[in-house]
Amino acid sequence: MHEEKNEKTFLGFWIYLMTDLLMFAGLFAAFIVLRNNTFGGVGGSQIFNMPFVLVETLFLLTSSFTCGVALLLAHEKKLKGVIAMLCTTFLLGAGFLGMELYEFSHLFSEGHTYQKSAFLSSYFALVGTHGLHITAGLLWMLILIIFILKKGLTQGGIRKITLMSLFWHFLDIVWIFIFTIVYLMGVAL
Amino acid sequence: MWNLLFGKLTWNSLPHVWYTIGGTLTLMLMGAVAAAVLTYTKRWKWLWNEWLTSTDPKRIGIMYIIVALLMLFRGALDAIMIWMQQALSVGSSTGYLSADHFQQIFTAHGDIMVFFATMGLLVGLMNLVVPLQIGARDLAFPFLNTLGFWLYVAGAILINMFFVFGGDFAATGWLAQAPLSELQFSPGVGVDYWIWSLQVSGLGSLLAGLNFLVTILKMRAPGMTLMRMPLFVWTTLCSSILVVTVFPILAITIAMLTLDRYLGMHFFTTTNGGNPMMYINLIWMWGHPEVYILVLPSFGIFSEVVSTFSHKKLAGYTSQVLAAIFVTILSLMVWLHHFFTMGAGADVNAIFGISTMIIAIPTGVQIFNWLSTMYRGRIVLSSSLYWFLGFVATFTFGGIAGVLLASPTADYQLHNSLFLVAHFHTMIVGGALFGLFAGITYWFPKFMGFKLNEKLGKTAFWFWLTGFFLAFIPLYILGYMGATRRLDHYTNPAWQPLFIISVLGFMVILAGVTTQILQIIISIKNRKQNMDLSGDPWDARNLEWATSSPPPFYNYAVIPEVHGRDAFWEMKKEMKENPQPANVEYKDFELPKNTPFGIYLAGFALLFGFAMVWHMFLIAGIGFVGMMVCLIIRAFDEETEYILTAQEIAKLEQERKDHIYA
Ligand code: HEM
Ligand SMILES: [Cu+2]
Repeated sequence: MHEEKNEKTFLGFWIYLMTDLLMFAGLFAAFIVLRNNTFGGVGGSQIFNMPFVLVETLFLLTSSFTCGVALLLAHEKKLKGVIAMLCTTFLLGAGFLGMELYEFSHLFSEGHTYQKSAFLSSYFALVGTHGLHITAGLLWMLILIIFILKKGLTQGGIRKITLMSLFWHFLDIVWIFIFTIVYLMGVAL
Repeated sequence: MWNLLFGKLTWNSLPHVWYTIGGTLTLMLMGAVAAAVLTYTKRWKWLWNEWLTSTDPKRIGIMYIIVALLMLFRGALDAIMIWMQQALSVGSSTGYLSADHFQQIFTAHGDIMVFFATMGLLVGLMNLVVPLQIGARDLAFPFLNTLGFWLYVAGAILINMFFVFGGDFAATGWLAQAPLSELQFSPGVGVDYWIWSLQVSGLGSLLAGLNFLVTILKMRAPGMTLMRMPLFVWTTLCSSILVVTVFPILAITIAMLTLDRYLGMHFFTTTNGGNPMMYINLIWMWGHPEVYILVLPSFGIFSEVVSTFSHKKLAGYTSQVLAAIFVTILSLMVWLHHFFTMGAGADVNAIFGISTMIIAIPTGVQIFNWLSTMYRGRIVLSSSLYWFLGFVATFTFGGIAGVLLASPTADYQLHNSLFLVAHFHTMIVGGALFGLFAGITYWFPKFMGFKLNEKLGKTAFWFWLTGFFLAFIPLYILGYMGATRRLDHYTNPAWQPLFIISVLGFMVILAGVTTQILQIIISIKNRKQNMDLSGDPWDARNLEWATSSPPPFYNYAVIPEVHGRDAFWEMKKEMKENPQPANVEYKDFELPKNTPFGIYLAGFALLFGFAMVWHMFLIAGIGFVGMMVCLIIRAFDEETEYILTAQEIAKLEQERKDHIYA
């Protein structure tokens, strides 16, 4: 019974992730169409600070790794390790989010708001949507940590960790696309 | 403070025109009557426990159909207003509606008919039939199913809310094409109502699509391989795949429009580098597959109906499945035919024109399969089959019109004319809706325990068919002569007779609707005569007929085993040869508990949507937090199921048999 339920849940969750990916695809498409529509204002190469974004990226990649470790430990029923790894993931994710918010506020203070040009609109919308997902993921992680502390590593608990980690890796992959298409190509082209 | 609480909502925006006040009063009156009846008969608890919080797909399906029929009625009111205006407003007369009001009406008409009437009927029928046909007891995610239903209801309420709470509705056409839908050109709250209504109900559709996809892939009875599935299941699968592929695009497109309107971004604006054409592309990338989401399930229904009433297995099963899959894939690659005139250039137009015309091939394959199924069959001309035969006429007609439109050169003349309007009504009414009528007639006895009156069903069909052609052939002609769509006034008086014929056609359709209402009332009254105890009133072929009518809430006490296509037909054959049924042994199984969280969550979504329309950001925040809290509570509830033990099942089964043979 549990087996069958897990199968359904995982398939359902994968499909959900694909729908989310399609939503991002829409935003990517919009960004690619609009990225040269700067309306006489700044373009990507003038505002992106690559070393900063690289550090940000490393935060997220590392958090994906620790999240994977948490799942491995969960299967070995090592409660303490799981909690420690989830907390590390949380902190790294929060660091990523903090850096992103800093970057946004910096752009705002320079007057590069999303109302200035279609390029900036699509940039803020795409990166911001990813940021919102990260926020949701962090909240999820927090609740999950509390849940595991209360109920231990039950069948349901492990399933929940698996789903959360799928989500987290997914955000990682989307970020890699953002890093490439928005930042690297933005600076290069 | 006022702003934070009430945003843009002021006394002046509350209803103050006769028709909105009238609408509000009528709604309040109806609500009061319903509440009084429920209180008087002490039915509140029953309603809440047995229906509103139910996770049983049969209950949810029936609720979908009820709401969808209400919406169909609402959309028909709009239709009659549009028709009357166009018939009256010719030459020097300007009719009885202002231009702005007229625009709001045709926008609401399109949205309500597509998103709430047709989609609602479809998802309702899928809920009723798919679990039974694949031999399952429920859907893969019962909670998401009630949630999806209630989000759909929330969307339906939101789209009608301007009547009660004031404001206007979008005057932009059913897809709110940018830049017209941008703040600059549509400063009122109309487009915002449109945005939140579709966003909320679209999420509901997405959940439904996901649910059916997983259900069909994971929960089929043992032995039912993919290539043994009934065709309604196949087409539901295809439709669900399209839903999960394109509804995210709709969601993100609407979200970008929202960002433009609420935060001053520039995705689709005419200034600061925005690109309105991107909106047109994105919305049709969803929009074209959507029309196949609507019509594919009807293809499935016709496959069931035709083979049942011909008493023959479906001819060319494999080609039928392949055709459905081909249509599914191809429908994702033709969206550009909706804006050939945009100026993409001859090459691009040619490619999309050809890919569009190719769709006619698999569609033709299906029609020939149905016809060859009937060939030399033992045909029973039931009213479901009438709807099928009518569909062959309308759909072929409309399809040919479609192929004509798919030629870019012709389309430059016919685009956005009444010819186009006639084309898609022929497809959606003559295709999707006729299919739904056939399906409802066909499956009605399964869920109600008695058949609908066949004679009135056939009368209704003839009204519909003649009315339909009478109403729409004039539109083809008018469009061909150059009548543009969405106009509240035509100066050329020579066109008026055709418009009047069209209205007469609509009257005939209304006679059909009246007959259908009569049919339901009379069938309920005479249900003793049309009672069906066998569970198999049509001598049908698929699993849903293997259980009693109406089915027990658990569908099957023992999950049937499938040994081939037309599973129930095979079972019946075997029963004849070997009438001694094997001793059945019941096993415990799990069923989902009822849950009120779907309704709570959708309630908060409604609050959120409404507050966003009026920029009441404090209340919107409350709505949002409410949704999140509901979601979290529900997600961490570990006891969402209960176990029905073998003893209980045995008892229930005995009672059921006693009841049937009593
Ligand atoms: C043989 C298959 C079909 C072909 C070749 C076809 C072709 C077309 C073309 C070329 C247009 C665009 C015309 C214009 O805007 O100038 C169009 C519009 C449309 N078609 Fe079809 N079509 C087919 C089937 C269907 C089906 C099955 C449905 C619905 C169930 C449908 C519903 C619509 C709708 C709703 C529109 C346009 C709505 C609007 O502009 O608001 N079509 N079709
Ligand atoms: Cu199309």
